[in-house]
Amino acid sequence: MSITYLEAIREAQSVALQKNDEVFIYGQDIGFFGGAFKSTKGLYNEFPDRVLDSPISEDAMVGLAVGAAIEGMRPIVEMQFADFSSVGFNQIVNQAATLYWRTSLACPITIRLPSGGTPGSGPFHSQCMETIYAHYPGTVVMAPSTVEDAYSMLLDAISIDDPVIFCEHKYLYYHLKAQQLPKKALPATKARIVRPGRHATIVTYSAMVHEAVSTAEKLSEDGFEIEIVDLRCVKPIDIETVLGSIARTGRVLAIGEAFPWGGVTAEIISQITSEGFNLLDAPPARLNSLDTPIPYHPELWRFHRPTAHSIEDKIRKLIKE
Amino acid sequence: MASGADHEDNLKNDSSEMVLDAFRWMVLARTFEDKISSIYKAGKIVGGVYVGKGQEAFSSALAVNLVKGKDIYSPLIRDMAGRSAFGEPLVDAARTYMGSSKGPTQGRDGNVHRGNPREGMPAMISHLGAMISVVNGILFARRMKGTLDDAVGATTIGDGGTSTGAFHEALNLAAVENLPLIVSVANNQFAYSTPNSKQFACDNITDKAVGYGITGVEVDGTDLVDCVNTFKLCVEKARAGDGPQLVVGNLLRLSGHGEHDDAPYISEDLRKSKLGEDCLSKAHNRILDEGWANQGDIDDIFKESDDEVKSAIHTAESEKVPDPYSHNWSAYSSSILNE
Ligand SMILES: Cc1ncc(C[n+]2csc(CCOP(=O)(O)OP(=O)(O)O)c2C)c(N)n1
Repeated sequence: MSITYLEAIREAQSVALQKNDEVFIYGQDIGFFGGAFKSTKGLYNEFPDRVLDSPISEDAMVGLAVGAAIEGMRPIVEMQFADFSSVGFNQIVNQAATLYWRTSLACPITIRLPSGGTPGSGPFHSQCMETIYAHYPGTVVMAPSTVEDAYSMLLDAISIDDPVIFCEHKYLYYHLKAQQLPKKALPATKARIVRPGRHATIVTYSAMVHEAVSTAEKLSEDGFEIEIVDLRCVKPIDIETVLGSIARTGRVLAIGEAFPWGGVTAEIISQITSEGFNLLDAPPARLNSLDTPIPYHPELWRFHRPTAHSIEDKIRKLIKE
Repeated sequence: MASGADHEDNLKNDSSEMVLDAFRWMVLARTFEDKISSIYKAGKIVGGVYVGKGQEAFSSALAVNLVKGKDIYSPLIRDMAGRSAFGEPLVDAARTYMGSSKGPTQGRDGNVHRGNPREGMPAMISHLGAMISVVNGILFARRMKGTLDDAVGATTIGDGGTSTGAFHEALNLAAVENLPLIVSVANNQFAYSTPNSKQFACDNITDKAVGYGITGVEVDGTDLVDCVNTFKLCVEKARAGDGPQLVVGNLLRLSGHGEHDDAPYISEDLRKSKLGEDCLSKAHNRILDEGWANQGDIDDIFKESDDEVKSAIHTAESEKVPDPYSHNWSAYSSSILNE
């Protein structure tokens, strides 16, 4: 038996719905139809009262989730694409993320964002929004890179008492497969060393972990061992694991698929330079997408985002410095 | 469907009792906000002060029709009267204005941004329109859990707030889900300085209800009796499963947008029109005319309000302001995230 990243997300929701009556899923086309990507396939049949279609109203969907959380529920909101969560932005950052601070009442909601680029999706069906939401106090932002993490981290997200923005990568939905789902897992807020190394550290998350692994495998043939840290959760950031890795390698490249201005990679570099400057043997490097909207054509799209190829260039330069 | 003792009680009450009840909260709100305004003008309140002068009848009339402990009431900036009528302790209002660490927001937010969601009163965020869908969510969740019974959720907004996308999304959603939601719109003709002519092009805000497929009614927002009876009907309809109710009260705010604003954009003609009548003195006269209370009773209400306001403000003033060094600076409720 093998299970995909997408099926893991479906399975985690199924388990959460079974275990806890307070869990429900709300989103567009997620009921009978099973969702635009089928990540709620079949759940409506099992839980017709808790897998519910919403109107195309991202603001009102998140507002509703906050109200339901006030009533003790643990809603999961599915955005059809991460990109459309911008319409619900206000309710996420100003209502949900501030509720506990303002009222001492927890806000256990999970907002699922089908994120990231796939060929041909263009500027409005490809975005990575983790930076935007991580910027605001009160949010937890997760970006799993493996089937196992998609499963265990989503279960963690649902059980956390604060708003979790769950950035699931669409490119990984069907590409990634695992033999089985984990019984035990690393806590969602801890980073993981994906691959040990000596010559440099790559810090990344989500789909970019796989691009980084391809690069590392290639460089290994030339005798360079690259350590890869998968952040898993971009907020809070497990900076200890990152610094521990840099203590071994002395060099770091932070990679993100998101836009380059500010953001998760900038935050990583900033924390490394202020907290681990003397661990560094070379200036820390950073790689993101180009600073334009995300292009539609696959030829442009592949050039726009970091790839194994552009990562290799960066790493070779970093090692020489 | 309508059931339960509270509802029976409500129906038995004739509106004169409710009117008198609402009148008491109006007097308390006016007394309190006059006092807060003067403290603000003396420079002793940090941040803005926004009052509901002229809107107390419309505000309290909704809240006296709600049952605390069962219904939801999500007030906005001009709802001092409604908040008190719904059961908010006056001292919590005073604490929030005076920045007491014992207030419901512990100094983390001020003035009108207070609430107690555990007790059915969500704390507003500033973004207009954003609270409606939160009330939707509470009602939606209760229905899912089977605990909704015949409870309703009420929330308030101004004319300007009806132009937001959030207002539209939330009303549309409430209509689709047939939620027992009451949205009261205090149509005071201006949003800050912007007249309604720049806010919407339909003749009346109730026209918007048509588009959502819900009930919309208009009421003279300066007339307490009208307001109480209109809300009574709408609350009953929502309880009975008739879906969202949009209630528009036509009135004028008898203050600036905030206490920093002398509202030069409101013309003298408009101030002197029927919209500009003071709901408080109108209610006072009506109560005397109908013989529901005598002048002595009303004097007592003013006197009691005065005492209550003085005591609440005194308490709040004598309490400690928040201490940044011992403050809990965490935006997360989960302890694992605070490590
Ligand atoms: C979404 C949003 N935009 C702007 C503001 C700033 N603002 C606060 S009150 C106000 C006017 C509100 O007018 P109205 O809704 O008619 O209510 P009123 O003040 O007249 O009671 C504005 C523009 C806000 N709070 N929220």
